[in-house]
Amino acid sequence: MDDIFQGPAEIFRIFGIPITESIVNSWIVMALLIVLALALRRNLETYPGRVQNVLELIVDGFNNLVKTTMGSNRIGFMPYMLTLFLFIAISNMLGLVGLRPPTADINITLGLALLTFLAIHFYGFRIKGFRYILSFTEPFFPVLPLNIIGELAKPVSLSFRLFGNILGGAVLMAMIGGAIAIFVPVFPGLYFELFAGLLQSFIFVMLTMVFITLAIE
Amino acid sequence: MEHSLLTVAAFAALGAGTAMIAGIGAGVGQGYAAGKAVEAVSRQPEARGQIIQTMLLGQAVAETTGIYALVIAFILIGIVNSVM
Repeated sequence: MDDIFQGPAEIFRIFGIPITESIVNSWIVMALLIVLALALRRNLETYPGRVQNVLELIVDGFNNLVKTTMGSNRIGFMPYMLTLFLFIAISNMLGLVGLRPPTADINITLGLALLTFLAIHFYGFRIKGFRYILSFTEPFFPVLPLNIIGELAKPVSLSFRLFGNILGGAVLMAMIGGAIAIFVPVFPGLYFELFAGLLQSFIFVMLTMVFITLAIE
Repeated sequence: MEHSLLTVAAFAALGAGTAMIAGIGAGVGQGYAAGKAVEAVSRQPEARGQIIQTMLLGQAVAETTGIYALVIAFILIGIVNSVM
């Protein structure tokens, strides 16, 4: 339990920048995603086999999700959303193999949330232009500071939601593992690592899509 | 000095426990959303997938205040750990 509370351990330094366990584990997730993508795209066929069937199920499901949430003309957002979902989902589930989940580190979740924040305002400004800045004064001018605070709160709430959920699950798992180490942690592990991990990554992606759609419509 | 540090640790631990009172709000909110979703499914069983998706999204937003409290509790427990 102590190592969860102590925060991610520092492994080495590059030019004085500490490289922590979270960063190394997120590199592992990235490497896994890249290797899987390169390996699985090799043998694509017209009549899909078992592996390709599962892949097509995932891609098709995400296509439909992006279409229903953002509108069918914004299907171009789908690759980013699916990558974000896979990265967060695999990060959350790293606890299953005994590694520290990178998403149990506020720096990583805040980085992901800042990407969403940049995407919201970039696409809002690109599609609506100057009208986007004017939309902060709706419904009338005196609410401008409230709207700005509301916008700044979005990345904070996104990052803290993911961070708190995953760290809370990791701490609970460590406590259960400290009490009874053998066999019993499997069942709460199914909930905290698999179910909560998938759910939180889904919610992060859903909220990103909803925020971007709100900004550009 | 030793005495006052122990007092800080004690109150930080108390604060961590007290902060989680916020869990009541998140629990009530999530339960209300789940109840309304059951009503909606029983009225329109064919829209089940869409309703569950909306319910999970709403519950995640309702959960945010509880998660803030959890993060504050973790920070306070960190203080306890650094003092002890």
